[in-house]
Amino acid sequence: MHRRARLFHIGVSLLATMSLVLTGCGTTGPGGSRDKIQVWALQDPQNEPVINAGLDFFNQSAPVRAELVTYVNDAYKQKLHVSMGSPNAPDVFFNWGGGNLAEFVNANQVVDLSHALAARPEVRDAFLPSVLAVGRISNGQYGLPMNGIQPVVLFYHKGVFADAGLEPPKTWNDLLSLVDAFKSRKITPISLPGSQGWTELMYLEYLLDRIGGPDRFSAIAAQRDGAWRDEAVIRALRMCQELAERGAFGSNFASINYDNTGASKLFATGKAAMFLMGSWEYTSQLSNNPDFVERGDLGWTTFPTVDGGAGDPLNVVGNPANYFSISASSPHVRDATTLLIETLSSDAYVEDRVNSGQVPAVAGVERKLEGTPNAEFATFTYDMVAKAPSFTQSWDQALSPAVGTEMLTNLQKLFLSDITPEEFVEAMEKLS
Amino acid sequence: MTLQTPVFGGARRERPGFVWAAPAAIFFTIFGIVPIVVVLYLSFTKWNGLGAPEWTGITNWRALADDGDALHSIRITGQLTILCWLIQTPLSLLLGVWAAGPQRNRAVLSTLFFLPLLLSTAAIALTWLSLLDPNFGLAASLGSYVGVPDGNFLGSDDRALYAVAAVISWQFVPFHTLLYQAAARQIPVSMYEVAEMDGARTMRQFISITLPQLRNTIIASSVLVVVGSLTYFESILLLTNGGPGTATRVLPLHMYVKGFVGFDMGYASVLAVLLVAVGTTLSVLIVRSTGYHRMNSDREGMSG
Repeated sequence: MHRRARLFHIGVSLLATMSLVLTGCGTTGPGGSRDKIQVWALQDPQNEPVINAGLDFFNQSAPVRAELVTYVNDAYKQKLHVSMGSPNAPDVFFNWGGGNLAEFVNANQVVDLSHALAARPEVRDAFLPSVLAVGRISNGQYGLPMNGIQPVVLFYHKGVFADAGLEPPKTWNDLLSLVDAFKSRKITPISLPGSQGWTELMYLEYLLDRIGGPDRFSAIAAQRDGAWRDEAVIRALRMCQELAERGAFGSNFASINYDNTGASKLFATGKAAMFLMGSWEYTSQLSNNPDFVERGDLGWTTFPTVDGGAGDPLNVVGNPANYFSISASSPHVRDATTLLIETLSSDAYVEDRVNSGQVPAVAGVERKLEGTPNAEFATFTYDMVAKAPSFTQSWDQALSPAVGTEMLTNLQKLFLSDITPEEFVEAMEKLS
Repeated sequence: MTLQTPVFGGARRERPGFVWAAPAAIFFTIFGIVPIVVVLYLSFTKWNGLGAPEWTGITNWRALADDGDALHSIRITGQLTILCWLIQTPLSLLLGVWAAGPQRNRAVLSTLFFLPLLLSTAAIALTWLSLLDPNFGLAASLGSYVGVPDGNFLGSDDRALYAVAAVISWQFVPFHTLLYQAAARQIPVSMYEVAEMDGARTMRQFISITLPQLRNTIIASSVLVVVGSLTYFESILLLTNGGPGTATRVLPLHMYVKGFVGFDMGYASVLAVLLVAVGTTLSVLIVRSTGYHRMNSDREGMSG
């Protein structure tokens, strides 16, 4: 074999390859037909009918049809991220507001809805301000709330509490003595799916807010120097670690999973007495353990207060809502804007949301909640959010993804006492 | 010497020319070389997946030295590789040799035993996740027999890696058993007959005939285990997501977390390049050090 001949062959093949690759890049790829407004959302039996009803109403009179495309939860963030820069970007997309939305905004890929809202002040005023605020990024309104509020609630098992003759906690010290009381009864005091860091984050979010108020986290979110080193942060972290070391979550909490309903079942079967979780836990218990809810054993209350804490005990943390945003590359920006403005606060849409068991982030919705099947819990969450001076968004959504993932990893280590609060703070400070 | 009719290219040759390899080469270039080149480029940039990558020189590579999690994940990857090899090789070797026997009950049992091969990795991982649930799974009822009364396998810093290695091995042992079974059947029966005449017992036959004859299979299977363990990803993602903390975060998972959860594509590309380098080095090392590439016959002492 002549060396030159072989080189020639290699060269020809490489050229062929390169031209294939280049032509591949040049075409627009699949999904090129852009005559519809594509609305992306998560697969969710509760959400989809409501969104579809809203789109159907819009489609009756609109020049462009809107269609819903849904994705499973797990891969959605990745899918959205990859497609946003491509010709296959959606026109309207579901998101969590906060830091994730900010990534897209900073890349100039999201439409600012401020002007559209200024033209329709009654739409802007219809949403709860604390919830609308999470869709606001550097003075622009980039997302509008599209579903219910999801504050974090302290659930407790009424049957277990009644058997032990105990009351749900009002203060942090109450909680600590409850931990000891349930431990001596061989009941796991609190169910914690610690294999997933975001469930542990809820304790830190509430504790920091109770101790130092919402400004401490605002400083962290604004990436201010030394914001993590704040005394209040260290104290909140220490309290988290003490709670875990005291045995509040049992010895095997790091093996428990939320997604396979292990933690919810532990709580529903009375093997655990309390469960700090987002308000969606109510609906999930209703479908997974209906007996438990119908027996009236599922109780709920607000997170305990901390003695001497500077934060308002009415403050709430959690997911204010999910949001719809419009991608800047969409050929239908004007129609998509009309779609969002006209649909999301409309009476029909809000009513559908309420009937599906959610509490929309719309002022004055409590009248609509009366008489619905789960009115008691729905009214509780609405009051909780409506009265809250501040609603802090879940930190893992509010922070940039890079910082958020590191935080969750370090939090897992903290709960397992692999690192100290000081080491946690230093690790986070190094990142920002 | 007679002149052969040229097939392609007009040149006389001993082996098929490059044209024969072109389809594979083109495929490999598009899906192998091009991505590697792109990833190498990305490793010198800052990119969150949106907009255009921004050239930052060796910043990402500098960050590698400061990333304690990366070094940790390399160590975890090494530990997992060794664990997987230690579990899988003896098990599948013995099972494969046993399954190679002609008896019918062996055929039935080995068919059953190959079932995990048919299941998808995700299904296996999710099944084991439920089995290892500390309150409602098998771990809750059987944990106390293995010294873990609270069933805390996946959530313990010490045990999580062993649990992951066990699940991965459960999945892949059947495949390697298949390799050994096929290889063991290739060993000429005459060798055993001669050994028997010389008075060698079963154990002696296994050590002196079966093991040496399976030498190349052991190497091939080991290469697959070692290089494969660099790509174990979805089982770990679904079982522990690298946790608790970073106790089971192997290098590929670390890359995924940096790239597709934290959207730091530049740094994730550094880890990807590292992974390619380590994988290539490892397989070259194994193949070189064992003489596998010389393709020696293992019918030593046999005529023909």
